[in-house]
Amino acid sequence: MIAYIIRRIFYAIPILIGVNVLTFTLFFIVNSPDDMARIHLGVKRVTPEAVANWKAEHGYDRPLLWNNTAQSADRVTNTIFFEHSVKLFMFDFGRSDDGRDIGSDIAKRMWPSLAIALPTFMVGLLTYITFAMLLAFFRGTYVDTGGVVLCVVMMSISGLFYIILGQYVFSKLWHLVPISGFDTGINAIKFLILPVIIGVVGGVGASTRLYRTFFLEEINKDYVRTARAKGLSELRVLFHHVLKNAMIPILTGVVVIIPLLFIGSLIMESFFAIPGLGSYTIDAINSQDFAIVRAMVFLGSVLYIIGLILTDISYTVVDPRVRLH
Amino acid sequence: MDTRGHSIFQLPSAALLVFTLCASGSAWSAWNNPYPADEEGKNVLYSAFSERPKHLDPVRSYSSNEYVFIAQIYEPPFQYHYLKRPYVLQPLTATAVPEPVYLDKNNRRLPAKAPVASIAYSLYTIRIRAGIHYQPHPCFARDDNGNYRYHALTRPEIAEIGSIADFHHTGTRELVAADYIYQIKRLADPKLHSPIYGLMSQYILGLGDLARSIAARRRDVTDSYLDLNEFELEGARVLDRYTYQVKIRGKNPQFLYWMAMPFFAPMPLEADRFFSQPGMQEKNITLNWYAVGTGPYMLTVNDPNRQMVLERNPNYHDDFYPLEGEPGDESTGLLADAGKRLPFIDKVVFSLEKEDIPYWSKFLQGYYDRSGISAESFDQAIRISSTGDSMLTDEMADKGINLLTSVATSTFYFGFNMEDPVVGGYTERARTLRQAISIAIDFEEQISIFLNGRGIASQGPIPPGIFGYKTGREGINPHVYDWVSGQAQRKSIAVAKRLLAQAGYPNGRDARSGKPLLLYFDTTGTGPEDKARLEWMRKQFKKLNIELVVRATDYNRFQDKMLNGTAQMFVWGWNADYPDPENFVFLLYGPNKKVQNNGENAANYDSPEFNRLFERMKDMDNGPERQQIIDAMVEIARRDSPWAWGFHPKQFSLQHRWLYNVKPNLMANNTLKYLRLDPSLRVAKRVQWNQPVLWPLLVVLLGSVAAMIPAVAAYRRRETRII
Repeated sequence: MIAYIIRRIFYAIPILIGVNVLTFTLFFIVNSPDDMARIHLGVKRVTPEAVANWKAEHGYDRPLLWNNTAQSADRVTNTIFFEHSVKLFMFDFGRSDDGRDIGSDIAKRMWPSLAIALPTFMVGLLTYITFAMLLAFFRGTYVDTGGVVLCVVMMSISGLFYIILGQYVFSKLWHLVPISGFDTGINAIKFLILPVIIGVVGGVGASTRLYRTFFLEEINKDYVRTARAKGLSELRVLFHHVLKNAMIPILTGVVVIIPLLFIGSLIMESFFAIPGLGSYTIDAINSQDFAIVRAMVFLGSVLYIIGLILTDISYTVVDPRVRLH
Repeated sequence: MDTRGHSIFQLPSAALLVFTLCASGSAWSAWNNPYPADEEGKNVLYSAFSERPKHLDPVRSYSSNEYVFIAQIYEPPFQYHYLKRPYVLQPLTATAVPEPVYLDKNNRRLPAKAPVASIAYSLYTIRIRAGIHYQPHPCFARDDNGNYRYHALTRPEIAEIGSIADFHHTGTRELVAADYIYQIKRLADPKLHSPIYGLMSQYILGLGDLARSIAARRRDVTDSYLDLNEFELEGARVLDRYTYQVKIRGKNPQFLYWMAMPFFAPMPLEADRFFSQPGMQEKNITLNWYAVGTGPYMLTVNDPNRQMVLERNPNYHDDFYPLEGEPGDESTGLLADAGKRLPFIDKVVFSLEKEDIPYWSKFLQGYYDRSGISAESFDQAIRISSTGDSMLTDEMADKGINLLTSVATSTFYFGFNMEDPVVGGYTERARTLRQAISIAIDFEEQISIFLNGRGIASQGPIPPGIFGYKTGREGINPHVYDWVSGQAQRKSIAVAKRLLAQAGYPNGRDARSGKPLLLYFDTTGTGPEDKARLEWMRKQFKKLNIELVVRATDYNRFQDKMLNGTAQMFVWGWNADYPDPENFVFLLYGPNKKVQNNGENAANYDSPEFNRLFERMKDMDNGPERQQIIDAMVEIARRDSPWAWGFHPKQFSLQHRWLYNVKPNLMANNTLKYLRLDPSLRVAKRVQWNQPVLWPLLVVLLGSVAAMIPAVAAYRRRETRII
């Protein structure tokens, strides 16, 4: 398995280079270094000299990908792409265009993101599996039909609606929790309740429906019939046999997103004023801070690759037939 | 069936909610209070910011969302009087607002009334008050031997530091004149990118040379710290411990206004030295993020992603609430605290609030002490009376909320690119075309539809509150308005059509080619919310049978078009830097053209007559002669119509009844020190407005239990069923 993991890590390098090139290309199609300088220097009294100074200080006064004026290897290395990308592979994110250390900001902001994402993920998973099993248990009855209809309705509603409705009902109407904000330590709990509830409710429709399908697929298999024939209770059949086997497709979708929990939620963090990495990314896009955008895309890619590797490993845990070579 | 599923879902959520609230020991009066329970009843002002500040270094900061913080910390020598109108400067750390001494080219003193042409230099001698001290800060901390405790930190020592609060020792020192000179020199440091360096280098003697010297030195040394005291600056020097002198080229009455901005606040050398140590930047502990000043407040929590907290500076110097204001201030209670020591409030908490809905809800719950009014909440907050006045709705009035309105010293204008072959130029044909369009675009309607009436249509470039602005009949733009029954009335579309025909476009068609007139409006409005506004704009042109093509693009491309002069018509705006007409009419001064010169004249208007008058007017003191010149300039601009003028926005602000001494001051930024609170009234109202409603939780709980019963029954039936 170790050889497999090492091989996967090596495979990841060209993927990360590709992602980096793509991010770089897309960003500079939309923004020129002059645009970036103007955004950072403000809208009033910006002189061409100030723009030139800013570009020189931030290394944006060089060619993008190929330096015709340089010699030998410098043609590649003395470019914006090389200067701003190579350190990423050593996880040195450098400084944002307004001078802040990105690594330090990420280290600080990933915790608020995790504070929402982790409980949402865990409570959500538990809730969705429970609901899906409930529907599977009552399969073919009015409970099942009603549940599926409800799931379809819930997955058709925009996440923004849940946020606004949740804030209105829980905070504005019933005064049960703060409408937005964040704090550290134990004081953070009161700010997390609402986003977690909304995060969980927002995912109920799609996930419950999906997991129900997995359970129904298993429920009709021969081994389940055998278990029932042995006289096992329906609950035991569901929890002991069906759940175990249905976990393989569930894990496929779930483990891959675990590392991405660090990245945070863009909309949720914005509406609840949570200082996480989701809002960090949005702010960076709005302020055309290439250094942060690039760092966050790179980090997201790395975490996604880690998620895929973890998924592969998890297969071997839940299904003894799977071996990684 | 639906209900049942819903209840089952809500059971864990409701239980989680109740459990967590109990577990977190939330024993405060209101469950939805976003602030720590121990702050309840304290003299703390709660406010919000929607955009994280980029720079807190006064040499770089140039936006209102940054001034909210740094203007309470850094103190330039002068400030605007809080209550008096028109705006007037008064000393802050200085002993007086100096009268400039004028010198000829041989540095001989000239009389105060000397002709502008004879004045080669102006000399400002500023004496600051003795005994002013900086806030407690680690950069001033000394050890027992008198050496700076934190000026030679090693990297391992810095590695253990997380924020400025981790430095256990602090110190202070007296403010001296050299600190002001140090800051003026910082304007020239290319590393700091001061936005006003370009402008100031035209005035302050030797600033350009200083910038070149600093740039050269920075190329030679790798150390990020550079002692700027090693460099000479001809235009700024220390005379004695408390006195300094600034020498500028020519006469520039606006220079005093610049010196009232944070750009000219003092910067202690110790702070620069402290923050420049290697390793500090990796921790984001920089002068750009941590302010060190003498002002009434100091920044104690600096988390621009969540919260910024200002606390009372224990070393703050004597400062007292104004004894006089403008007529009416006494009757509105604005002089009730006259002569009392400032500041009144101990702590100001700013929370990041990006979305309008949570911000507005928290204000109504009493968790913010004041608020603006977004478009979404306007109808809930404001009703328009039968006379057209804006009034609070009954809901707001019942809560005791107060409304304050003021016309901003800003202008938003519809501009024509004067270099465009169709709408630009100075021929009679182009002029009448622009005048016709100016009449057709009904800004009163735009203000009514899109701004909820929050604005007044412009009659010229100068907004109300600035010298040169005229009201009444003599203030209207006669090319667009008539004076009817005591008020300005936009000319009819028939007049506009007649002008259009005179311009050679009868009924919107080019008389020479017979083709319909097609014009282009360049805008950054690409979102769905802009659609209605752009459609409205099309309709304005349709009144003249002109086809308007909207060229919506992103901000970067729009900027490029403006710089290259390829935009045809656009909307642009300007906020006043200082209360002088020069700060508005310079937007039409030829040498400030955006094309070629990258200036602020976005319309690229260049009238020799206007330029000549501007050059005369800009250095004059306010008075009848200056007014006369301004009138002439405004008339030239109205006739040429490089702008369709647009509107001056009106600011609406709401505050709860427990907040006192609030008066809109569009020039001063250091106004927090004048505000006073009644925290006990706020506590009472918060409790009244935020009683938790618990019955829904009970209903959810009971409903969940009730829904479980048939589920359990069904399960048991199935399990006991005989197959």
